[in-house]
Amino acid sequence: MKKVMSNKLMIALYILPALLLIGVLIYVPLVLTGYYGLMKWDGIGDMTFIGLENYMEAIKDEDFWSSASHSFLLAVFSTLSLAIYLIISLILASKIKGSDILRKIYLIPMLLSSVAIAQLWIKVYNPINGMLNSLLMTLGVDNPPAWLAEPDIVLYAIFIPILWQYAGFYILIYYAALKNIPETLIEAARIDGATAWQIAYKIKLPLIMGVVKVTIVLAIVGSLKYFDLIFVMTGGGPNGASEVMASYMYKLAFASYDFGYGSAIGFLLLVITLIVTVIIQKLTESKDELQY
Amino acid sequence: MNTKKAFSTIFVVLVALFLLAGCGSNGDSASKNDGASSDSDDSTVINFMHQWTEGSSAKQNKLVNDIISAFEKENPGVKVEQEVLSAEQYKDKLKVLAASNELPDVGQAWPGGWLKPYAEGNKFASFDDILDDEFRNKFAGGTLESFEVEGKTYGLPEEINITGIFYNKAIFEENGVEVPTTLAELKNVATVLKDNGVTPIALGNKDRWTGSIWYMYLADRIAGPDTIENAVNRTGTFEDPGLIEAAAQIQELVGQGAFIKGTNGMTNLEAENMFMNGLTAMYLTASWSLPNFTTNEDTPQEFKDNVGYFKFPTVEGGKGDIDSFVGGTAGVFVAEKSEVKEEAKQFAKFFVEKLAESSLQDAGIIPAMKLDTESLDLPPLVSQMLGDLANASDITLFADNIMTAQPAQVHLDMIQSLFGGNVTPEEFVEAHEEALSNNE
Repeated sequence: MKKVMSNKLMIALYILPALLLIGVLIYVPLVLTGYYGLMKWDGIGDMTFIGLENYMEAIKDEDFWSSASHSFLLAVFSTLSLAIYLIISLILASKIKGSDILRKIYLIPMLLSSVAIAQLWIKVYNPINGMLNSLLMTLGVDNPPAWLAEPDIVLYAIFIPILWQYAGFYILIYYAALKNIPETLIEAARIDGATAWQIAYKIKLPLIMGVVKVTIVLAIVGSLKYFDLIFVMTGGGPNGASEVMASYMYKLAFASYDFGYGSAIGFLLLVITLIVTVIIQKLTESKDELQY
Repeated sequence: MNTKKAFSTIFVVLVALFLLAGCGSNGDSASKNDGASSDSDDSTVINFMHQWTEGSSAKQNKLVNDIISAFEKENPGVKVEQEVLSAEQYKDKLKVLAASNELPDVGQAWPGGWLKPYAEGNKFASFDDILDDEFRNKFAGGTLESFEVEGKTYGLPEEINITGIFYNKAIFEENGVEVPTTLAELKNVATVLKDNGVTPIALGNKDRWTGSIWYMYLADRIAGPDTIENAVNRTGTFEDPGLIEAAAQIQELVGQGAFIKGTNGMTNLEAENMFMNGLTAMYLTASWSLPNFTTNEDTPQEFKDNVGYFKFPTVEGGKGDIDSFVGGTAGVFVAEKSEVKEEAKQFAKFFVEKLAESSLQDAGIIPAMKLDTESLDLPPLVSQMLGDLANASDITLFADNIMTAQPAQVHLDMIQSLFGGNVTPEEFVEAHEEALSNNE
């Protein structure tokens, strides 16, 4: 093994397949997208070079910024919800009865495909015979809202299934991290008279801080580029009320036949996500990582 | 020093591999071309891409297969190979293929805003050379014209769809209401139904084109058939008092609760299901729903017995008449860069002609050619609609058939806002006027 690792040629050979794939499938299209953004192109006919016009237009485009604000709102909500997942995992990881079953139950939404989840929630939100409104009406609410049709509500109505969809994933990550903490530390703390709250807050949390940071980045980046449920459940409607950056990009490129402008939006989406990622990493940087 | 060396090694290997990969794909495409040309020595292959999948449109799919085998029988040495995709996939894939000049020889096409970029990008072949007077005259009025871009015909229409309001006779009877012929009567019917606890009209406006048909009809009935067309081709304006009034009427209907609740969040399919399950009294749809309403074995007999249809009511004092319809066409194209263009055009011609002969009886599609319906044994609802089509005074095309893609998107989004009560009728027409004039 040592011999292999010291041979530079071997290293190169082993990382090559992955590097090639990622290059061809991700980096080349990325550069192309940025390039198409410089063109006036309907996606079918000839391209004309128009310089940065698309990008300038995007910066002035109110619809783009409103979709961006929706994406950021989702990022805020998914980051806040991490706290709930953390509490759930802390409970699951402390030896309570049935934690095994509960963990699996939480994980199930992650096993469903996005489209299935969307169909499920469309049924739940159906204004006339949906589960939610039927429940509200039996509880005496006379005129429950049409969740996916009202511009003021629709965004939050979609956030719920999005957060629900990923809950299991984050709970699983936290759970695994918490299980990794050596039992001896907890025992020592308990002998010293620490309460359950103190153990969780002063010992467990600092020890899994590295994982928490990773999940924050995942949640924010995932939210900024989010697409699937929104596309299936409302298509960004009514009239852009639930549009996010990725669905706006799709709409421009494939529905409005404005491939150049759509590409420019796609590239801006990448730039925004990159900037945010760097900022988060800077903010959560700490010099001394705790060790077990 | 060592890391530097490592990097340069990686770089060299990478470059080498990219070059190899490049050669590889060149080799591939070369051999593919060889394959094609050796094929054409003994037989010509026409690639035909369409969206009549076996799953979602079984009858249409069978019909297409029958036509293809008939064509292959008549033209020995010519083979037609199909690629079948679902609706949205088809449209997306076609765009990608067009950009890389790899369009299928023959494929399905839609008029207006959909067709324009393909025609202007020189991707589709014009049919003017095979459209002699005899062939031209076979098509129903207006259908061929819908595929014209700058005087050239880029598609052969195969089907035509007109819309009307379908209603549940049993619900109408129970509530003692009659078929409305004017907007005022329609509003009355809606009020009575609403008071009796029945949702009057099913509408799935998440899909947006559904609500657009309601608007197009009201615009036609109030402002006459030419006003929208003129606004779109910029000889007129969208800020016409009639078009504002049509928008105001939509909001009145919404205000009195004529449409299903939460229509902006509901798909057309959901709306159709509600109507077919007797949950609503009326539903505006196109003739493509006829097979589902009349011959589909899965549809309950009770519904088939109860479903009726009436023409969109007129508006008192409006310029439109009741015999004018909102509808659309669909057709086939031949790729400009096709290597078998002549054969492909012959196939396209054969296809639309054959389809016209049997599509109505076998698949419930109204063909775009003039036909003699006397000899056919059709469900009453179908004959009624066909009769009305034959006597139609005018056909206004669907909004996204007459507008180009960008204003069409603005229109569709504004339709949602209009039904949602988020814009005033004035703002609604202003947004259209702005989008249309920006697009000139």
